[in-house]
Amino acid sequence: MLENFSFRTIVEYLPLFGHGLLATLWLSVVSFAGALAVGIILCAMNLQRSRLSKVPAKIYIDAIRATPLLAQLYFLYFGLPRLGVVLPELVVGILALSLNSGAYIAEIIRAGILSISRGQVEAGIASGMTYTQRMRFVVLPQAFRVTIPPLLGQAIVLVKDSALLSLISVSELTRAGQLLASDRFMPAEGFITTAACYLVLYYGLKGLAALSGRWLGVQSVRSGA
Amino acid sequence: MIWQQFQSLIGSYPLALRGLGMTVALSLISLVLGTLIGFALGILRTGGNQLISRVIGAWVDLIRGTPFLVQIFLIFFILPELGIELDAFTAGIIALSNLAACFICEIVAAGIRAVPTGQVEAALASGLSRWQRMRQVVLPQAMRMSLPPLVGQYVLLIKDSSVVSAIGLTDLTRVGWLVVQRVPNGLLVFAIVGIGYFVVCYPLILLARRLESRMGAAHGEVQL
Repeated sequence: MLENFSFRTIVEYLPLFGHGLLATLWLSVVSFAGALAVGIILCAMNLQRSRLSKVPAKIYIDAIRATPLLAQLYFLYFGLPRLGVVLPELVVGILALSLNSGAYIAEIIRAGILSISRGQVEAGIASGMTYTQRMRFVVLPQAFRVTIPPLLGQAIVLVKDSALLSLISVSELTRAGQLLASDRFMPAEGFITTAACYLVLYYGLKGLAALSGRWLGVQSVRSGA
Repeated sequence: MIWQQFQSLIGSYPLALRGLGMTVALSLISLVLGTLIGFALGILRTGGNQLISRVIGAWVDLIRGTPFLVQIFLIFFILPELGIELDAFTAGIIALSNLAACFICEIVAAGIRAVPTGQVEAALASGLSRWQRMRQVVLPQAMRMSLPPLVGQYVLLIKDSSVVSAIGLTDLTRVGWLVVQRVPNGLLVFAIVGIGYFVVCYPLILLARRLESRMGAAHGEVQL
């Protein structure tokens, strides 16, 4: 059994895990912001009538959803230098996470907008509102409410996905576990600590999702895919 | 230049086929195992025994709350310390099946909970046994609701199988990684890897969408 499980080593490596936790946290926040931007643009393209903007958005979303994040990450990591773009690993990682999550967020936002009943839009038209006014005052405020819980669910997925960045040697939480595992040959200590740190983030976000659901009066959507 | 790289890529097709085979084998085996275990867990979860339900819920939360990569590392590096010898393939299967089982458990449980209690009561009144109730009344109705997310879960499973390349299994992603060391064109190599996954996953995504819209239509009927 794990009779020589060494808590002392974990304590010794605690600063490393602290750094890892912070790195995971902020790179997730940055990627999520990027993903929101990508998602909003994609969704706007997707909701247009013109095929010229609709089709590329659909192709992009399907291509992202049908391929693994790890392959996308390697695509950028090994592919970008080929195009003469040499970026640090961290930036490549954030880019990959944003581009990946953006596709899922586009679908979440679209579902939110389409969930607004037709009557609401028609009432807006009947009141003489322009398209922008209808979006701004009728559709988006209501769509916002229903999209928050699934968006937080996507945030959970993103935090977990960010673990893959350790494979292109970005120093974050999983990397910290790998370092402890390889420096001291203590995989149990390393990866259990890593897992515990992720659980802290997970329960935090899950609590937030439940809270937001209650505040917004929406049934909390099952979080984490 | 590109032409030479193409030729060199075509030269490595046996490796690519092996990688695709590995990805399909991993996904299929853990899909079957994960579905069986997931259904069992989902039925137990809603079975009425608080303790069992809590334990399953806690385990599902642990698995959903940690990255799959960390789970693979834990299984691959720690089980041997506990005296269980296992190779990378077995470790990958265990990790993937466990992940799938946890998500499927939640899907099935949600489906079962959505079956109106009147149905169960009617089955009780008809004198059906516990097993008959589950098998002939609850599950068929729960399945209708669970099917679209279940197919979606299979897509996630196939994609997650790429992560096992981290412990050295030569799956499709690993093959890409190996080839790119020789043919330095990441865009081309990983575009091909992506196409490999796309060919397997996209039909499933379409199927899930169709099931979902069909179910929506069916629901509409009931509500009217």
